[in-house]
Amino acid sequence: MTSTILYPVIALSALGLLAAVVLYLVAQRFRVFEDPRIDEVEEALPGANCGGCGYAGCRNFAEALVNSESFEGLYCPVGGNETMEAVARILGRESTAKEPQVAVLRCNGSCEYRPKINQYDGVSSCAVASALYGGDTGCQYGCLGLGDCVEVCTFDALHMDPVTGLPVVDDDKCTACGACVKACPRNLFELRKRWKGNKKIYVACMNEDKGGIARKNCSVACIGCAKCFKVCPYEAITMNNNLAFIDSYKCKLCRKCVLECPTASILEIGFPPRKEKTSEGVGEARIEKEKTKGTDA
Amino acid sequence: MLYTFSKGGIHPPEHKISSDSRIRDLQIPASVVIPLSQHLGAPARPVVNKGDVVKTGQLIAKGDGFVSSNVHASVSGKIVKIDKAVDLSGYQRPAVFIETADDEWDETIDRNPALATVISLESHDIISRIGEMGVVGLGGATFPSHVKLSVPRGKKAEVLIINGVECEPYLTSDHALMIEKGEEIMMGIQILRKALGVEKVIVGIENNKPDAIRNLSVIAKKYQAVKVAGLKVKYPQGGEKQLIKALINREVPSGGLPVDVGAVAFNVGTAFAVYEAIQKNKPLFERIVTVTGKSLKKPSNFRVRIGTPVSALIEAAGGLPEDTGKIIAGGPMMGKALASTDVPVVKGCSGILLLPENESKRNRIEPCIRCSKCVSVCPMGLEPYLLMSLSQKDMFDRLEEEKVMDCIECGSCSYTCPAKRPLLDYIRLGKARVGKIIRSRKKPA
Repeated sequence: MTSTILYPVIALSALGLLAAVVLYLVAQRFRVFEDPRIDEVEEALPGANCGGCGYAGCRNFAEALVNSESFEGLYCPVGGNETMEAVARILGRESTAKEPQVAVLRCNGSCEYRPKINQYDGVSSCAVASALYGGDTGCQYGCLGLGDCVEVCTFDALHMDPVTGLPVVDDDKCTACGACVKACPRNLFELRKRWKGNKKIYVACMNEDKGGIARKNCSVACIGCAKCFKVCPYEAITMNNNLAFIDSYKCKLCRKCVLECPTASILEIGFPPRKEKTSEGVGEARIEKEKTKGTDA
Repeated sequence: MLYTFSKGGIHPPEHKISSDSRIRDLQIPASVVIPLSQHLGAPARPVVNKGDVVKTGQLIAKGDGFVSSNVHASVSGKIVKIDKAVDLSGYQRPAVFIETADDEWDETIDRNPALATVISLESHDIISRIGEMGVVGLGGATFPSHVKLSVPRGKKAEVLIINGVECEPYLTSDHALMIEKGEEIMMGIQILRKALGVEKVIVGIENNKPDAIRNLSVIAKKYQAVKVAGLKVKYPQGGEKQLIKALINREVPSGGLPVDVGAVAFNVGTAFAVYEAIQKNKPLFERIVTVTGKSLKKPSNFRVRIGTPVSALIEAAGGLPEDTGKIIAGGPMMGKALASTDVPVVKGCSGILLLPENESKRNRIEPCIRCSKCVSVCPMGLEPYLLMSLSQKDMFDRLEEEKVMDCIECGSCSYTCPAKRPLLDYIRLGKARVGKIIRSRKKPA
């Protein structure tokens, strides 16, 4: 009676033991050494696998961090400086702090300012439309409004505004991962310095046409008049191909350029309302003014 | 016996409604816009300035580099400006604007309509003259002809293939040319033959153009070793690789050129342009364009000066029908919808098609049902459904492995898909991106 229980127990135990020995030997023989710090670094990363760092995911990035000599060119835009400091602590290195950034759309050509001249009825993808033609408005540089950027944003920071037909960046959610920058076939997104209170001044236009043509196709286009370039006290503005560009790292948010711009293509966002020093008004008010001027003439 | 290619293919309705129309000269427009990029390869560099007065046929832009082509004035008059203009690509690109004063042709052009039968030039000179005259492939791809005629060292052309297939529905410009200019085409073929040094010539024409086959067969009897072959009607038989397979049963290897299998192919329109360039010293500044559409009053074949606005063509064909939904440059399969009728006719524009509203709308996209119809119709033996999803997912390495670069963009997959999936749209996108990657790999900078 005891033997019917005893023998199987012994047999199974022996089998188990044998398997354990074999497994142990195999594990020793085919051991893959992996730097234990990779796991630690991966743990410290946000784990969003967004690809904003340029690697396929957080694990790949962790490997790159551990195997690299310095942090040059390696930065997690999502975790920001805190994460990079944590990684630096694990690896015993110095981390170089980077200023936080935010994505902005350099186009303000909403349906109101930029009239449609034809109807697009192809695939709902900016990349496809852009490969086909200049777009459903006269401006071949502006937003196509088909939402490739919204599609790629993994942080829910981009939404299409149904009224303007343009994507809107949610500054609080934007991690400056750069996915939208890569996705936009018109290269409209730019990662700019993030100011306190999400204040922003930028040229919301990428139109390189000559002034008259640009203006005809979009009332808020940059016409390359260089007025802002001349007024800027900090040399933050450069002119290239009939287009002004404000370097967000040289700009001191003095807002002089905004007042100069005749087409209101420079946007100021997040500022308290101006004291009515100027009769012209700024931003939206200015655009309103420009429009009524146009109808009078 | 009728020839055809073996893999895939479709049978779209033909709608060759303008096939009875004789070629008419379109009135010379008051001004022309001549794009500098009318060919495959680098854009031409302008050699005239604003304010210059040019004659019809005068060189206005020189090809920049080997794969490029010259551009000539299509009217005589004053150059108003050299600026950007929207062309068939849908984008603004550099162009020369000429205000027509008159139609004074360059003195070197022989305007005598009599057939010139003596080919005095030698092979090398023929090729360079064709280059000078700005002749490009008029079937649509606009590949510079002199480049095609310059057979790479170590390779040998054995057979000249002349493409009179015109498999695109609606289009009849090549058909009209074969009926009216058969003698000239045949002469052009002799010139091409001399330039390449080949004996054997096969002219491929689809069986739906019996009058063209008959006409060219009769003329071909005067020459040795020129065969006119009837082909079964099947799209995309006019594709270079498909035609070579159909006529000489050889398959151009993936990534290779027709000359790898000893064949060089030219369109009948190109053969005609070659005849004019060599025998009449006339640069390529006009071409035959079909203007067609079911609701159009007078579907016609016009001889049009390059740079004429599309709107002038539509006007001459009876005006824009009210029910127009889309205006397409080219045929319904491979053509491209236009955003504006102000764009100029270029060397590669074989037709203008006006589709009525009810036929031009895209259908709703449904999920793929894995029926594999796209695979069975693909003339290149690719898997369109797979290429589409790889392209959507940006998997460029896989796309390259799956031979996306072999796609000839014929659109058979999109045409046949029962779920109306935009297969070609995404494949084209993937192809463009993979092409960019391949090019950047070739020249590490």
